[in-house]
Amino acid sequence: MRRILGDICSWRFAFLLFASAIVIYPLLWVVSLAFSGQQSLQLVVDPPDAGFWGQLAALVPLPEQWSLDNFRAVLTEQLFMRWLFNSLVVALSTTIVGLSLSCTAAYAFSRFSFPGRERGLMLFLISQMFPAVLMLIPLYVIVVQWLGLGNSWLGLVLVYSITALPFCVWMLKGYFDTLPYEIEESALLEGASRLQIFYRIILPLARPAIAVTGLFSFMTAWNEFILASIFMDDESRYTVPVGLRFFVSDYASDWGFFAAGSVLVSIPVILLFLALQRFLVSGLSAGAVKG
Amino acid sequence: MASIEFKQVVKRYGDSPPTVPGLDLHIRDGELMVLVGPSGCGKSTTLRMIAGLESVTSGELWIGDRLANQLPPKDRDVAMVFQNYALYPHMTVFENLAFGLRVRRQPQSLIKSRVEMAAESLGLGDLLARKPGQLSGGQCQRVALGRAMVRDPQVFLFDEPLSNLDAELRVQMRGNIGRLHRELATTSVYVTHDQVEAMTLGSRIAILNGGELMQVGTPMALYGDPDNVFVAGFMGAPPMNIVTVQNRGSGLKNSLVDLQRDGVEGLAGELLLGLRPEKLCHAAAAPAHWPRIRAAIEMVETLGAEMLVHLSVGGVQGDERMIARLPGLQLLTPGDSLELAFDPDAVYLFDAASHRRIRESRPVAVAEPC
Repeated sequence: MRRILGDICSWRFAFLLFASAIVIYPLLWVVSLAFSGQQSLQLVVDPPDAGFWGQLAALVPLPEQWSLDNFRAVLTEQLFMRWLFNSLVVALSTTIVGLSLSCTAAYAFSRFSFPGRERGLMLFLISQMFPAVLMLIPLYVIVVQWLGLGNSWLGLVLVYSITALPFCVWMLKGYFDTLPYEIEESALLEGASRLQIFYRIILPLARPAIAVTGLFSFMTAWNEFILASIFMDDESRYTVPVGLRFFVSDYASDWGFFAAGSVLVSIPVILLFLALQRFLVSGLSAGAVKG
Repeated sequence: MASIEFKQVVKRYGDSPPTVPGLDLHIRDGELMVLVGPSGCGKSTTLRMIAGLESVTSGELWIGDRLANQLPPKDRDVAMVFQNYALYPHMTVFENLAFGLRVRRQPQSLIKSRVEMAAESLGLGDLLARKPGQLSGGQCQRVALGRAMVRDPQVFLFDEPLSNLDAELRVQMRGNIGRLHRELATTSVYVTHDQVEAMTLGSRIAILNGGELMQVGTPMALYGDPDNVFVAGFMGAPPMNIVTVQNRGSGLKNSLVDLQRDGVEGLAGELLLGLRPEKLCHAAAAPAHWPRIRAAIEMVETLGAEMLVHLSVGGVQGDERMIARLPGLQLLTPGDSLELAFDPDAVYLFDAASHRRIRESRPVAVAEPC
């Protein structure tokens, strides 16, 4: 007990508390704003002659009254549900396409010897060294002008899947490398084809790595803003991050809607994290130590 | 069942020297052939070539009446037991055993009966619903054996299957494998670096060194009649004592041994003399005409019923050493001097340059006790 008290009174605890406050405070502000039912950034209206405690109270992110009006309005009066649906389709498709491509590619890189194997892996790594913004113009030219996939889900899915591919391939390859090759040799001798081995042995064994990689792909697509805002012109085709922008622009400052939308957008990701929690630790450390 | 034949088989990786430089070996139908040798001698590579997991660079590999050089692993009808079990961790024991039959689309009733038969034979009946992670090392290895059995293949391949087990379990599993081979009489190839496993399991043993086949034969033939120094040193624990002796025409001599010998006149001036440790015995109990060895005790390893006594001769040529296997329960102290004797008919001679055996007209006394 004394040790716990000692820990609480230590400078380390104070530092961690401060660091946590920095992380949590903005989130609390957004949540409070979402539940405040108003559009103003100021949660508490101070009287003109507010003293020190009054001003301090204004900093505490607690609304004067709690209300679900912002959520109701976002979900019914705006195109938010449509955007949410768009985001869900794009993110899920990206996850499926990205995982299909990266699993097969990573397996090939891990197990087969072919010309260009080392260089291919190195190129994947090099592509991660450049800022994503650098690819904006070439991607716009290729996807919108050449392929004519502007304003379509397919264009976005393609771009998201492919930009996430290098990371996913490296991540999965690291995990596949740790799986003993004798298991596959044994299956080969038992009469299984390469495809059967991949689907019936490798993929089930790589579930932790696939879960983490899938989560990464989903979040990449779910949160992405710049590419989506450039490729999508039609308001009904917006994804949520693009749609949210229009709540706060030169012509509007609906901070309440923005905050409510942000809270709603976070829910699927939180649920995914909770569902995949048990895979996360083993998946993230995958490849670090040879099993 | 099938025989296996290597005809001038070469295995080379890239531009490096060949791992297997040209193997000629015939494995008979139904026998258990043990490939034994030190690490890197090419025994596992040879086994993997039979499995089809390694390609044959040149030469011919026959399994039964089929040339197997280009045959994919699944079409060779061989089953392999790996050192690290290679079980599928996400499947139950039943699914592990059934996997090979399922991918070959065998009927459910056949799969069930075969799996149950193998499980019963290996004492796995109660473990069928468990996953490999819930099994001990010995149980895992039995599952691996069962997985090979259920398919009823033409050839069993064992790649050091007992290396990961503790000493007691190893003896038990060795018994299991021997019993299975007697019951099924399937052609088997067993790779190990442990000569005790080789001696106890093998119908015949092939000894490899540096990719080359040193000798093939029954365990006792290799032990009693080695072709060269390598085989003589490899078979037997502790290994055969090999000492350099000078050929004086009428006998062989060095600082440790002085042996009168007929029929060595025409041989080289320097020879290697081989003597099994168990062929050395106390001088007091030996016949008078047996040559004597007087040497200092360097170290004593007490094993209970017997002891291994390491002997050395000091002086200028103090590099001659021998090991004697003597009855236990004696008080021998390192540093003391000990007089031993040996049967002159139990001596092997080898050419010092080529390390090949020099076969004399007299037979070597292998069986006679000391």
